Amino acid sequence: MSGADLTQFLDYTLIAMLLAVGFAIVRLRNLFAVVMLTGVYSLLSAAWFVSLDAVDVAFTEAAVGAGISTVLMLGAMLLTAREAEAPGRGRHLAAMLVVTVAGMALFFAIPDMPVYGAADSPANDYVGHSYLERTPNEIEIPNVVTAVLASYRGYDTFGEVVVIFTAALGVILLLGFNTGGARRREDEE
Amino acid sequence: MDTLNFIVALGMAGAMAIMLARLFAGPTLYDRVLAANSFGTKTVLFLLVFSAIAGRQDAIDIALLYALINFVATIAILKFFRYRSLEIALAQMSLRRAVEGEFDE
Repeated sequence: MSGADLTQFLDYTLIAMLLAVGFAIVRLRNLFAVVMLTGVYSLLSAAWFVSLDAVDVAFTEAAVGAGISTVLMLGAMLLTAREAEAPGRGRHLAAMLVVTVAGMALFFAIPDMPVYGAADSPANDYVGHSYLERTPNEIEIPNVVTAVLASYRGYDTFGEVVVIFTAALGVILLLGFNTGGARRREDEE
Repeated sequence: MDTLNFIVALGMAGAMAIMLARLFAGPTLYDRVLAANSFGTKTVLFLLVFSAIAGRQDAIDIALLYALINFVATIAILKFFRYRSLEIALAQMSLRRAVEGEFDE
């Protein structure tokens, strides 16, 4: 068997583990275990992204999902209870209905998607092809995604960075990190 | 060689599944912290074997990043449960406790 055939089975193992972790997150009531499992979930999905050849996405998922958001979830858990209350039967049924309808809509949309690796899919058509052709000559770096983000759409990326920076600045000014929280806790003691 | 790597990768996946079982069941907090940390290490090894099978060198970078993030996340979780806060630096914390004489007990 060649390498590509074998990695397919490893994909199935990863997906099976993702499914198990997803069910466990829904079933468990201990919030600390749920926080740990969300970290494990993004670690697993990042490993799966690597096997799908989406290394950039895997990098972001590992840094944000497994790193920052686990810490943020722990900080949020400090402000709430340790155990979640069990929801009533009625809410179970309503959620099941919403999930079934959304799932059926997604399955309905599957036939409209292009075949995996098709030459005439939107990703391979239109401007994508010219980016692939022009990047080695114009930008002279091997990674096309980086070339698109940092050079062809450089102003767009710059705008996004400004927006995220402004949002973070606003949150820090509103909440007051490192001054308000620590001092208030010492006053209480 | 590919077949051998594949068997190693399957064994790694089996070890990951065992860690998952401990994460689901784990009665105490420290069982879960240890299981999550060990699961991260298994993911790093799994990715390395995977990069050998698929012949893709760039997966090694991701594996290194995972090892770093795994370490930092474990430290953050343990610090959180020791001090109930992420705000103050670890060194500062132990210094303050030493000054207050809490290490004498």
